[in-house]
Amino acid sequence: MAPVPPLLSMSGITKSFPGVRALDGVDLDVQAGEVHCLLGQNGAGKSTLIKVLAGAHQPDGGTIRWRGEPVVLRSPIAAMRLGIATIYQELDLVEHLSVAENVHLGHEPTAAGFVVRRRLARQSTSALLKRLGHAEIDPARLVGELSAAQQQVVSMARALSHDVRLIVMDEPSAALDPDEVDNLFRIVGDLTADGVAVVYISHRLEEIRRIGDRVTVLKDGRAVAGGLPAKTTPTREVVALMTGRNVGYVFPERPADGVPPTGAKPLLEVRGLAREGEFEPIDLDLRPGEIVGLAGLVGSGRSEILETIYGARKPTAGQVLVDGRPLRPGSVRAAVRAGLGLAPEERKAQALLMLESVTRNVSVSTLSRFSRAGWIDRGAEQGAARAATRELSLRPDNPSVPVRTLSGGNQQKAVLARWLLRGCRVLLLDEPTRGVDVGARAELYAVVRRLADEGLAVLMVSSEVPEVLGLADRVLVLREGRVVHTAPARELDEHRVLDLVMEGSPAS
Amino acid sequence: MTQPVSPPRGSTDKVPQAQLPAWHGLVARADIRTLSLLGVLAALVVIGGITKPDEFLDTRNLQLVLTQGSVIGVVTVGMTFVITSGGIDLSVGAIVALASVWATTLATQEYGFGGILFTSVLVGLGCGLVNGLLIAYGGMVPFIATLAMLASARGLALQITDGKTQIVTSESILDLGERDSYVLGVPPLVMVFAVVTIIGWLVLNRTTFGRRTVAVGGNAEAARLAGIDVRRQRLYLYLLSGLCCGIAAFLLIILSGSGQNTNGNLYELDAIAAAIIGGTLLSGGRGTIVGSVLGVLIFTTITNIFALNNLQSDVQQIAKGAIIVAAVLVQRRTASTT
Repeated sequence: MAPVPPLLSMSGITKSFPGVRALDGVDLDVQAGEVHCLLGQNGAGKSTLIKVLAGAHQPDGGTIRWRGEPVVLRSPIAAMRLGIATIYQELDLVEHLSVAENVHLGHEPTAAGFVVRRRLARQSTSALLKRLGHAEIDPARLVGELSAAQQQVVSMARALSHDVRLIVMDEPSAALDPDEVDNLFRIVGDLTADGVAVVYISHRLEEIRRIGDRVTVLKDGRAVAGGLPAKTTPTREVVALMTGRNVGYVFPERPADGVPPTGAKPLLEVRGLAREGEFEPIDLDLRPGEIVGLAGLVGSGRSEILETIYGARKPTAGQVLVDGRPLRPGSVRAAVRAGLGLAPEERKAQALLMLESVTRNVSVSTLSRFSRAGWIDRGAEQGAARAATRELSLRPDNPSVPVRTLSGGNQQKAVLARWLLRGCRVLLLDEPTRGVDVGARAELYAVVRRLADEGLAVLMVSSEVPEVLGLADRVLVLREGRVVHTAPARELDEHRVLDLVMEGSPAS
Repeated sequence: MTQPVSPPRGSTDKVPQAQLPAWHGLVARADIRTLSLLGVLAALVVIGGITKPDEFLDTRNLQLVLTQGSVIGVVTVGMTFVITSGGIDLSVGAIVALASVWATTLATQEYGFGGILFTSVLVGLGCGLVNGLLIAYGGMVPFIATLAMLASARGLALQITDGKTQIVTSESILDLGERDSYVLGVPPLVMVFAVVTIIGWLVLNRTTFGRRTVAVGGNAEAARLAGIDVRRQRLYLYLLSGLCCGIAAFLLIILSGSGQNTNGNLYELDAIAAAIIGGTLLSGGRGTIVGSVLGVLIFTTITNIFALNNLQSDVQQIAKGAIIVAAVLVQRRTASTT
């Protein structure tokens, strides 16, 4: 044992939910001033572990020591009093309150115990924002008016407004652009230099390599490796620990005979489609069997284009044709009837019925097929859902489990199964592997390629350039709502695409 | 063509263990909820039987309890659908009042039984249509739209009656309230309630309409992106609630032999309370007809026991409030083990 006890030492933490053993004896040691990365597949127990650490969940067993002293974190407030702050992936800010009010929420500086000293709150907020390198954020502005990146900074300012010794960051870079990520890392560096410990959760291995000191890998509710050196442990080893097998970043092979089959008639045609203020007129042909990727940064209009094609947003100009027939603009139902299907970026908010079973999530777009005069044949429904989920090897192989118990990758498969069952011909994928762990990604890529091989046309959006290049046949590079380059994926490399998304290109 | 990567070894043999408890948990939870409501109802019957052994358990009294529960019960079935879809209908009591007075005006009564039934249902549907259009296509918040309907329908009801009670003269209507019309001891009103309940259960649990209702309530955006016509579904739901109010108004006319503008006072609160203690989520996405009906029976039984014991209605209200709190607390506890 070290002479100085670690700042935080969790040992043998267990936590069960009905039917799920989320944590099965996890150990985690965090030293003051280090960046300790937490890695693991979805469902490995990361979220549960940080919720235990934040006092939001009570563990069933195990001990937590804080500076060597055993503690019980009865509530988030108790954790905060010790100096543990958590920045969740879904930011927990109040949109209708100002930045300063959010930062001081629950511990407002007061006079006479209840009169909020607004000026003092504003001043201290300014100071915190300055320390975070974002002096441009006005403490008086409403949080709802800020960008996602700015909101995250506010969240961090809130954490720092307490006397914080340990900050947990759950996928802080997920919603950030590269330059904002750089700023985030600078902040993390400053914090650790002050002796604050950071528990950093991310799916992006390269980030962990850049800023991490040590890595703890979780798998199936256990820590399979604790305190590995973050910079020197080979990626392959880390991935192997997470997945229990050796996986490279595997992309399925493209069909040998070349895609697109040049003669084929386009299935989906986008003609001059535009939305003012979001993206400029775009033209696009999509043939059966083809995967087209849209590459671009957050805010480049990628998701907006996809949602407009799908009818979820109404275009200000242009039209979408399927089989040469124009779709009614701004109508999701027309798009679905014509054979379009969308797997949206925010699966939980936009695609899934979280209280319902997998079956009901899969069948929701195809109900009329299993019903006569509105009466549902539940046997047929269950059977069809099972067939669709089996075809995608969704785990567990039981569609009556609630969809919320599935991992991110399997939830995505449930969404794909919905469209597969519907007989959809054009699949629109918005960040298909977001929230999906590295190990499950390869499987998802293979599924998408197989669907294309079976004749579907796929249009995908991803902020991960290797993903677009690896999976798509043809790539459209977007920058600020404009297509700046179109080329077969084979002719592009990551470097070139990154240049294009950042600088644009005269070659467009 | 590339085959998908085969799933990691260990995951297949883990499946049965992972799915079994989850499934059992769901069943057990549904059971606990229904059982606890049945338990409360049984406890009330015991209390009634102990405090007023002769009166309470008398067949006539039990018939009365069920009859009284029928009117609010039918309203609650409609309310359950609306709440399951994430909405709320504050106008049910006012719609019942308006439908009951419109159906009992002298002009309507000339058409006899059919005219009264037809008018009740039509007025209910009409109000539901206005609610639905305002909410689904006018983009109004259900709370506000139905609050406006509450005020206007009550006002219109007062205008029609001028505050007077409208006595029903149709023999065929009045006969339905008499004991002679009971079939095997079951009053016709109770039969209507039973039929509405069964249809409501089937529609919610076995039809596309019910499935869409749950989907809209669980996640309206996901439902929209899945190709469900969310607006049309919302319109239908308020129509359904209006229809239930129309039926309830007709039952009330039979029960009271009259139409009054004060009818259905605070039905909205009783119906919402019954649905909530029954286990329907106020936030939408989960609804239970069985629970709602048990909720109605619990409230009606309480009212009856208090009346038999000559207790004032203020005490009664306090007891109702306490039951709502207790029921929701119990449900929160069962839900938090999720």
